[in-house]
Amino acid sequence: MKRRMRKILEKITEGILFSSSTVTSLAVLLIILFLFREGLGIFTSTSVDRNNVLAVHSLNPVNELTTQQIGGIFNRDILYWDEVGGTHDSIILFTINEIGNYYNEEELGTDFEFLPQKIDELISHQPNMIAYFPNLYLAGNFHGKVLPHNKIGISEFFAGKSWYPTSEPAAQFGILTLILGTLWVTLGAILIALPIGLVTAIYIGEVAHPRMRSFFKPLIELLAGIPSVVYGFFGLVIIVPMIQKTFNLAVGETALAGSIVLAIMALPVIITIAEDAIRTTPVSLREASLALGASHWQTIIRVILPYSRSGIIAAFILGIGRAIGETMAVLMVTGNAAMIPTTFLEPVRTIPATIAAELGEAPYGGTHFKALFALGIILFIITFAFNTMVEFIRPRKSK
Amino acid sequence: MKKTIFLLTIISLALPTLLNAQKVVFKIKGSDTCLPLSQMEAETYMKKFPGSSITVTGGGSGVGISSLLSGTTDIAQSSRKIKMDEKLKMQDAGKAFKETIFAYDALAVIVHPSNKVSQLTREQLESIFTGSITNWKEVGGEDLKIIVYSRETSSGTYEFFKEHVLNKKNFAPSALLMPATGAIVQSVSQTRGAIGYVGLAYLESTVKALNVSYDKGVTYVAPSVGTAQNKTYPVSRPLYYYFLTASEKQVKPYLDYVLSAEGQQIVMDVGFVPVPK
Repeated sequence: MKRRMRKILEKITEGILFSSSTVTSLAVLLIILFLFREGLGIFTSTSVDRNNVLAVHSLNPVNELTTQQIGGIFNRDILYWDEVGGTHDSIILFTINEIGNYYNEEELGTDFEFLPQKIDELISHQPNMIAYFPNLYLAGNFHGKVLPHNKIGISEFFAGKSWYPTSEPAAQFGILTLILGTLWVTLGAILIALPIGLVTAIYIGEVAHPRMRSFFKPLIELLAGIPSVVYGFFGLVIIVPMIQKTFNLAVGETALAGSIVLAIMALPVIITIAEDAIRTTPVSLREASLALGASHWQTIIRVILPYSRSGIIAAFILGIGRAIGETMAVLMVTGNAAMIPTTFLEPVRTIPATIAAELGEAPYGGTHFKALFALGIILFIITFAFNTMVEFIRPRKSK
Repeated sequence: MKKTIFLLTIISLALPTLLNAQKVVFKIKGSDTCLPLSQMEAETYMKKFPGSSITVTGGGSGVGISSLLSGTTDIAQSSRKIKMDEKLKMQDAGKAFKETIFAYDALAVIVHPSNKVSQLTREQLESIFTGSITNWKEVGGEDLKIIVYSRETSSGTYEFFKEHVLNKKNFAPSALLMPATGAIVQSVSQTRGAIGYVGLAYLESTVKALNVSYDKGVTYVAPSVGTAQNKTYPVSRPLYYYFLTASEKQVKPYLDYVLSAEGQQIVMDVGFVPVPK
C-alpha cells in the first residue's frame, strides 16, 4: 500500500516536472513564432499607409514613385517633376489639412459630405499637384490617377540608410544604420572588455592571494547585479562629459560612451566564466609544467591559457551576447542619431535602443510596429549566432 | 416601526450615493507630456472627493489612444490630435468618442546658457533642425558646430515640433534623439553647441530659452505662460483628453473639475497654459 502511494506520488511529481518543462519550451517557441509572424509582416506592408492614397492629375506622366522619391518630394528635396520622370514643372503638394486653403467650409458641407468631390475637382484643375489624403475621401468617379502602394522591399529595408518611421506620407524604414550602429558599439565593447577581462581573470584565477580573491570575486559578481538603467545614468552623467572633455568634442554622446558602458556591463560575466575556465586546468598539467622547470608566469602563458582557451572564448561570446541586446544603458548614452558610424566618436543608434524607444508609441499592428519586430528578429538572430558559436567552441574543451 | 426601519434603510442606502455623487473610479493613460499635470489634477481631485480612485500612467499619446480602443483605459491623454487612422480604427470598432482640450503647452527652444544667440526666426529654426545650417556663426553666434537634440520619433512633442516649426520636413539624420525630455535638458546644459526643444513645464535655469519669431524677424516673443495664453508665442499646442461617449457620465465630474477655475489654477502651477475662457 505504502509503495503504491509512493509510486503514485512519483508519477505525479514526474508529471508536474514534465508539464512545467513542456510549458516553458512551448512558451519560448510561441514567443519566437510571434516574433517572426509580426516581423515578417513588414515585407507585405506598404510604406504609404493603406488607409490613404497618393494621387496625381490623370495626364501626369508619372505612374509610380518609390518610397525615397515620395519622401524627397514631401521633404521638398525634390522640387520638380522631371526629377522623378515627369515634365519640368514644379511640384505642388497637397495634404488633407490644406483643404481650407482652397475651399471654405460652406463649400465642403457641414459633415464634409462634399469633400470627395472637391478633392477630385482640385486635382483635375492642378496638373502639377500631388495629393495625399485618406481613401475615405476618394470620390467614386475620381478623375485623377491614384499611385499604387509599393510594398517594402527586402533591399530597401536592409540597405536603406534613412530611418524615419513616422514620416508622412511615406515612412522610411532603412535599417542599415541601425545594424551597423549595433555592431559598431559591440565591437568597441569587445575591444575594451577583452584585455581588461582577460587580465582580471588571470589575476583572480592564478596570481591573487586567496584572501584577495575572496574579496575581488564577490565584488565583481556584484557588478552583474546593478540594474542597467543605473549604468546608463552613470554613463550619461560621468562618462559622456568625460569623453566630451578628453577628446574636445562638440558632443559627448558617442559610440565610445556606449562601448564603455557595455564593456563594464559585460565584464562580470566574462571574468567569472573565464576565471572558472582557468581554474579548471588539471593540477597534473600545472605540476608537470612546474616540474619541468617552468616559472609560474611561463606556466600561465604556455600551459594554462592554451588549455582554457575555449572556455575563455566562450566567456567573451557570452558576455558580448548579453551586452549586444542591452537597451537602457545604450539608449541613454549613444545619442541615438541614425547615421552610419565612421569613428567611435560619433553618435550611433542601436537596434535595442530603437525598439525600446519606439515600440511604446507605434500603433499596434501597423507598419512601424512590424518594422520594430523585424528588428527584433535581427537581434534574435545575432544573439542566437553568438550562443551557437559557444556551443561549437565548448566541446573542444573536453578533448 | 417597520416603516421607520424601511425609511432608514432607504436613507442609509441613498445617503452615500448622494454624498459621493462625484466619487469616481477610472484610469487615465497616454502622453508623457501630460503626465505631471494629470497626476496633480488627479491627486487633488482624490483629496477633495475621498473614495475616488484615479490611476494615471504615461507611455505616450499613441499608447493612450490604442488603450482607449482596447478598453484598458477610460481616458486617453494626448499631446497631439487623434490621427486619421486611429479615428478610422475607432470607427471600425464601433466606439464613439469625444475630445476635450484641458490645457495648452508651449514648446521652448533651448540652448546652452553660454550661447550668445538669444533669438531665432522660424525659418532659421527649420534650417537648423533639418540640417542645412550647421554652425552657430550662420545665425549670428560664435564659430561653433550646432548639435541638434530632439525627442524620439514616436513622441507627440516630436510630431508637433516637426509640423509647426519644421514645416513638416524631416529632422536632420544627425539629430540626437533622446528618450525623455529630462535627458534633453541635461544634455543641452552640458553641451556648448546644443539646441533642443522642451515643454514649458520642463524649462530650467541650467538652459537658456530662445525668443522665437514667426513673422520673419519682425517681432520676437519669449516663451512664457503669459505669451502662450495671449497667443503671441507661436509654438504652443493643445493637450487633449479622449474618452468614449459611453463612459462620459463616469468621467464627467473629473473633466468638469479640471476645467474649473481651481483645476485650471493647477494647470498654471504645474507650468502649463490654462484653457482660455
